[in-house]
Amino acid sequence: MQGGDSRERKSGPFPGAEGAETPLSREDGEERKDRADAGANASGTASVVGAAAEGPRGTSRRGISRRGLFGLAGAGVAGLGIGIAADRGVQAVAAAGAPAAGSTVYPFYQEHQAGIVTPAQDRLHFAAFDLAPGATRADLISLLQDWTAAAAALTAGRDIGSYGAVGGPYDAPPEDTGEAFGLPPAGLTITVGFGPTLFETSAGLDRFGLASARPDALVDLPHFPGDQLEAARGGGDLCIQACADDPQVAVHAIRNLSRIAFGRAAIRWSQLGFGRTSSTSTSQATPRNLFGFKDGTANVKAEQPAVVDEHVWVGAGDGPAWLTGGSYLVARRIRMTIETWDRTALREQETVFGRTKGEGAPLSGGTEFTEPDFASTGNTGAPLIAATSHVRLAHPAQNNGVQLLRRGYNFVDGNDDLGRLEAGLFFISYQRRPSQFTTVQLALARHDAMNEYVRHVGSALFAVPPGAARGSYLGAALFA
Amino acid sequence: MQPRLLPLAALAAATALALTGCVPNASAPGATHAALTVDSSATACTVSASTASAGNVTFTVSNSGDQVTEFYLLGDDQLHIVGEAENIGPGLSRTLVVDLNAGSYFTACKPGMTGAGIGQAPFTVTPSSAADAATNAPGDADLAARVETANANYASYVKDQIGQLVTGTAAFAAAYTAGDDDTARTLYAATRAHWERVETVAESFGDLDPKLDLREADLEEGQDWTGWHAIEKDLWPADAEAGFAAYPAAERARLAGLLVADTATLNEKVQPLSFTLAQQTNGAIGLLDEVATGKVTGEEEVWSHTDLWDFQANVDGARVLYAGVRDVLVQKDADLAATLDTRFAALQALLDAQRVGDGFVLYTDLSTGTVKGLADQVNALAEPLGRLTAALVL
Repeated sequence: MQGGDSRERKSGPFPGAEGAETPLSREDGEERKDRADAGANASGTASVVGAAAEGPRGTSRRGISRRGLFGLAGAGVAGLGIGIAADRGVQAVAAAGAPAAGSTVYPFYQEHQAGIVTPAQDRLHFAAFDLAPGATRADLISLLQDWTAAAAALTAGRDIGSYGAVGGPYDAPPEDTGEAFGLPPAGLTITVGFGPTLFETSAGLDRFGLASARPDALVDLPHFPGDQLEAARGGGDLCIQACADDPQVAVHAIRNLSRIAFGRAAIRWSQLGFGRTSSTSTSQATPRNLFGFKDGTANVKAEQPAVVDEHVWVGAGDGPAWLTGGSYLVARRIRMTIETWDRTALREQETVFGRTKGEGAPLSGGTEFTEPDFASTGNTGAPLIAATSHVRLAHPAQNNGVQLLRRGYNFVDGNDDLGRLEAGLFFISYQRRPSQFTTVQLALARHDAMNEYVRHVGSALFAVPPGAARGSYLGAALFA
Repeated sequence: MQPRLLPLAALAAATALALTGCVPNASAPGATHAALTVDSSATACTVSASTASAGNVTFTVSNSGDQVTEFYLLGDDQLHIVGEAENIGPGLSRTLVVDLNAGSYFTACKPGMTGAGIGQAPFTVTPSSAADAATNAPGDADLAARVETANANYASYVKDQIGQLVTGTAAFAAAYTAGDDDTARTLYAATRAHWERVETVAESFGDLDPKLDLREADLEEGQDWTGWHAIEKDLWPADAEAGFAAYPAAERARLAGLLVADTATLNEKVQPLSFTLAQQTNGAIGLLDEVATGKVTGEEEVWSHTDLWDFQANVDGARVLYAGVRDVLVQKDADLAATLDTRFAALQALLDAQRVGDGFVLYTDLSTGTVKGLADQVNALAEPLGRLTAALVL
């Protein structure tokens, strides 16, 4: 919910190599070639989980496309053509004027990990993991290699493993759990991060010989006034953020990645998010949080490469070289007492935010994207945007120009013992330095009028390594 | 739990076919894996190619006919079965994965599942470097002998455990009937261990399992509750609902008598059993499933809280099953064997840390962190154990 209005909002063509991925299609469409096709040619082979599975383009062993399999299974042998047609790349389909729902594919192997400046998808499944007691450095490396290979397959819309959900030996459990069978890639991104305890436990134990590689900034966030953190909802050696436009696709990713981890790492805590609360691209409309207000109006946007470079990506010389091109991920589980909020007058609600509820315009006037004028006063001489309003306290102008790339999600996890909805915001932000978050959050924790309606119950910080190169794996430079 | 390890009926095929024409598991990264299709119609058995490279070969068999069909991959004598996909209903498809050496084979379909089959055609497997490099396994005959030994040993183990269950149950029932609750409580978990070690076999007799091992939560409305857990509640009534009355002597005698009689029946039923390789490996998997769903959650022994005794017994049984086939596994997939060795040992170390005297800490005295550690290690073992059947039977 941190505001962080950006001072410039330029839109324009985005340089693809630098920031927001544009949905890739043709290239990956080629790789996601239909298995029915492979079968018909009697020459198809499927990729094996493992870093070596991705061969050079054109000669790569083809993985199993879920949609392709669906076509084959649904139509029988006679329907070979259906699966192929359904599995065409996005561009081809778009050219026909009828984009297939969920057919967006974001490339996995690239300079920065996807899922950061990628246009925020609608759904989230986030999981934090702890390495198993006794796990070794070799276990950690092999886990990251297996996750990388699996993530490349999953984000391309392929099943896990050589045989996938239904093509394997009849007397063995299927390699892929199968609930995404027949579903499109749905814009899935998988983003992996490293927590402080991976480098050194709270007891000072260097389990994996990584203590010397730990960035100075990768330490537990400080206690903020009002924090009511629950240990079971925070921390973790590793994290995976899975975002997709279909919740089943995101859950499928976490489920299979945690299955791959059994024996090496286990889930410590996890969180589902059902609605994005930020826009990370000018192509997206601003969504609303569970307070009913537009959130993320002034977010860092992928279309601002200079801002992204300055505020999101860890630069050369910032710290250990292995993290250059990466970012820091802050996760905060923020419980909202929405029952109380809902009994609050509209005047109070808008005063708390400093914006109108309908349009999302600053109370100083204009429309949603008008810059707030904090000096503007009303007839009593009081500022139109209150001193304790969220938009003012979170604004870069109040925080030495600090900006965050927010990527949070609404959650409702059933209800508590009192029958109140267990609802809130799963706040995620990406920043070049954790201190960016700390600066903004300190200002909010001290003064934000919204504190009456929110409670921070979970907290975690992760260093997110840069993207993996083809043939390598996420975080490889850390172990070099 | 649905029983996964069924008594041998007519399932010799899985073992026989498993050990012919195989090379060690070649599913490591870099291994090739040919995918072929087979169309089994009323009149033809059309395979999409008549050759493949040595290594794993996948046949996706589709039944386009109107009878239930089978697909066979036969050896060069056109008699012995290298692999088969059976019971494929009209309109369905099923995948057969076989790990093949270079050589001559035959493919055939059998719509209607009887008769000589149709469309028998030669199928040639050409050498490939990956498979050749791995061809250092002992002869098929040697493997077959080891499997035969494992089968016989496991049958003996089951009979021995049930035999000890009979003896232990008699002593337990006598103490319980006599009102010697302290002795009965002492014997309870230790005796049940014999049941839990072979649980997947014991519970495969559909009528005996509910008589002997039904938990109160499993009861249907009006169902007579007998067996171990009915007695358990009477011996450990502390957590029972308000108004629960201790069983009168006559009810004690009835329950004890039934327990002894049903256990004797079980003993008779296990005498003629023998087991296929797949039944053994799936039995090991099934025992770990029992741990994961019932024991590590504390749902099995809700009155006595002796879940860790059952946990240990399930793991004992799984380890015996694994040990029986381990030699064969080492030849076929040494990496998987090494992983299973390590993870069995790690789970045992966690259990050993909870030992008190001859037994264990009560489930209710375990911390959440300890239970999570056990559950994580059960997952760590069960996941690779799930690959055991395919690694051996493929």
